[in-house]
Amino acid sequence: MNKDWPLWEVFIRSKSGLDHRHCGSLHAADAKMAIENARDVYTRRQEGVSIWVVPSSQITASDPEASGELFEPALDKVYRHPTFYDLPDALKHM
Amino acid sequence: MNYQYLLLLADNPLILGHRLSELCGHGPTLETDIALTNIALDLFGQVRNYCQYAAELHGEGKTEDQVAFLRYEHEYRNVLLTEQPNHDFAWVIGRQYLFDAYHLPLLTQLSDSKDSRLAGIAMKSIKEVRYHHRFSSEWVKRLGGGTEESHQRMQAAMDQLWSYTGELFLETEDEKAMKEAGVGADYGKMRPHFDADVQQVFHEAGLVIPEGPWHRTIGKNGVHSENLGYILADLQYMQRTYPNMEW
Amino acid sequence: MELYNEKLEAEFQSKIDSGQNIEAKDWMPEKYRKTHIRQISQHAHSEIIGMLPEGNWITRAPSLKRKITLLAKVQDEGGHGLYLYSAAETLGISRAELNEQLNSGRAKYSSIFNYPAVTWADMGAVGWLVDGAAIMNQVMLTRTSYGPYARAMVRICKEESFHQRQGYEIMLTLSKGTEVQKRMAQDALNRWWWPSLMMFGPRDEESVHTEQAMKWKIKLKSNDELRQQFVDQTVPQAELLGLTIPDPKLKWNAERGHYDFGDIDWEEFKRVVAGKGPCSYERLKTRNEAWDKGAWVREAAMAFAEKQQEKSLKEAS
Repeated sequence: MNKDWPLWEVFIRSKSGLDHRHCGSLHAADAKMAIENARDVYTRRQEGVSIWVVPSSQITASDPEASGELFEPALDKVYRHPTFYDLPDALKHM
Repeated sequence: MNYQYLLLLADNPLILGHRLSELCGHGPTLETDIALTNIALDLFGQVRNYCQYAAELHGEGKTEDQVAFLRYEHEYRNVLLTEQPNHDFAWVIGRQYLFDAYHLPLLTQLSDSKDSRLAGIAMKSIKEVRYHHRFSSEWVKRLGGGTEESHQRMQAAMDQLWSYTGELFLETEDEKAMKEAGVGADYGKMRPHFDADVQQVFHEAGLVIPEGPWHRTIGKNGVHSENLGYILADLQYMQRTYPNMEW
Repeated sequence: MELYNEKLEAEFQSKIDSGQNIEAKDWMPEKYRKTHIRQISQHAHSEIIGMLPEGNWITRAPSLKRKITLLAKVQDEGGHGLYLYSAAETLGISRAELNEQLNSGRAKYSSIFNYPAVTWADMGAVGWLVDGAAIMNQVMLTRTSYGPYARAMVRICKEESFHQRQGYEIMLTLSKGTEVQKRMAQDALNRWWWPSLMMFGPRDEESVHTEQAMKWKIKLKSNDELRQQFVDQTVPQAELLGLTIPDPKLKWNAERGHYDFGDIDWEEFKRVVAGKGPCSYERLKTRNEAWDKGAWVREAAMAFAEKQQEKSLKEAS
C-alpha cells in the first residue's frame, strides 16, 4: 500500500490571549495522533500553548478567481474606518 | 544520597535514549520519527540531571560525561528492558510503553523524596514522561487493534518484552536502603499502579498479558544481556579511543 | 484559450514583479507549478537524506551535551523536510508520490549528502560548511514568490541558525584541543571544502534553470554570486580556527574585493549528481529500508483510525 495518512492543518496559539494561527500541515492517521504530531513537529521551541488540528479536506476556501467580487467592493467603503470622520482636534477620547 | 542509586536512575534513560536515538531518521513516517526523537531528547535531558548530581556527589573533579560514558559493562545499572533492540516498531513501542508504565509511578514517588534535589529532577521529568506514556500507550492500542499483522507483531513483542518486567520491581540493596531513608521509591506502593495501567492498556489494545515474567539476569546488579556490549561499543567509542579530551 | 492564458500569464508575472506572493489556489502557469514541485521536493529530500550522515554519529557522540545537540539538529532536519513536503503538497502532489520519487532514485537531492561522515570532526565541518552554504540559499528563499515555500523557509531559517553555530563550536573545540583533534578538524575541512563549494550548483554559464528561476524569484542570486559570498565569509572563519583551506589558489583580490579561489572539479560534481557519489547507494538503501519496514505500521494506524470512526458512527446512530 502506498497511501498517505490524511493531511491535517495545524493552528497554534503561541500564548494565551492570542488567536490560533495557521502554522503548517502534517500527516496523521487520526485526530489524536494529529494533535501529538503537531506538538512534536510545531512546538519544539515553545511556540505554543494550545493546538487545533483540522483535516485539510474539511477546509472550504474562497475561490481566488472570485476575489474581485468578494473583496474589492469593500475598497470604497471608507466610511467604515474611523479616519473618514473629520472632527476637531480639541475632541478627546473618541 | 547514594551514588549507586543515582546510577540506577540515570542508566535507564541513558540506554533507552540510546536505543531511540538509533532510530532517528529511520522511523515509519517523518512525523513518528520526530516524535520518537523528542522522547529521546527528554530522556537524555534527565540523564544529564542525574549524572551531574552523581558527579558532584562523587567529587574529585568527576564530570557528568565520565559518569555516563566511562564505566565497565558490569557497572551499568540499567534494567534489561531498556537495552532490548529495535527489532521492529512493535518492539520499540512495547519497550517504551512498559518502561513508561514503570517510569511514571517511579517519578511520582521520587517527586516526594526527602532529597530535595532528586525531588526537583523528578518533578521536572514527570511532565515529560506523562507525555511519553500517552504516546506509547496510544500506539500500543493502535498496533494491537490495527491490522491482523500489527496485532500479531504487538503481541509477539510483548510476549518477549514482558519477561523483562519482573526485574523492574525487584528491589536491590541500594534501592532498599534509599527507600528506608525516605529518599528512594517504594516498589510495593508503585506496583499496583503499574499493574492497573498494564491491565487497562492491554485490555483496550486487545492484547493478552503474557505468562511470567520469568527469571532473567538482573541488569540492576550489573549482569546484562548480550546487547549492552554493543551499545557501549558505540556509546563509549569516542571517550575510549580518544581519552581525556574536551569535545 | 491561447489568448486567455497569455493574459493570465502576464498578470501572473506582474504580480511577481510587484513583489506579491503566489498562493496555492491562485492561477499559475503549469511550468511554474512543475518547477516548484521539483525544487521544493528536492529541497525536502535533501533534508531527509541529510539526516543520515549526521544521524550515524548520534550514538557515538563524545559527550552528553554533544549527543543532545546533534540529536536535536538531526531532528530539526526531519522537521524541515516535513515543512517542505507540506509546501510541495499544496501544489497538488502527495507525500506518497514524493516519497516514491525519492526512494526509486528518480528524484535528486543535494549531492553533498552522498559524501561519508567518517569522523566526529565531520559533525563540525558539516554544520559549519554545509549548513553555512545551505543557509545562504535559504535566507534568499524566504523572499521567493511562492507563498507556502517562502513561509516554510522563514520557519526553517529561524531554526537553522543554531545549526551552523553548533558546527562551528565543534570545530572550535577541536582546534583548541590536542594534536589529534586538530588533525581531525583539518582533515574534515579538507574533505568537505570542495563538496561544499559544489553545493551552489554549476557555474552560471552552465546553469540551465537560472534565468527562469530568477524571473520567478525562486532564485535571487546566481550560483556563482552565492558561491563567492560563501568563500568570502568562510575564509576568515577558517583563519579564526587556525585551519588551512585546501586550495593553494585561494588569495585575497583587493581589486575585486573578493577572494579568488581555485577550480572546482566539475567532473566529480557531475559524477556525484549522477548518483555515483561515495555513499549514494547506501543513502537510498537506508531510506528504502526504513520506508519498507514502516509499511505495516502506517497501514495499522490507518486501519485503526477507520475502525474507530466506524465505532463512533455506530454509537451515534
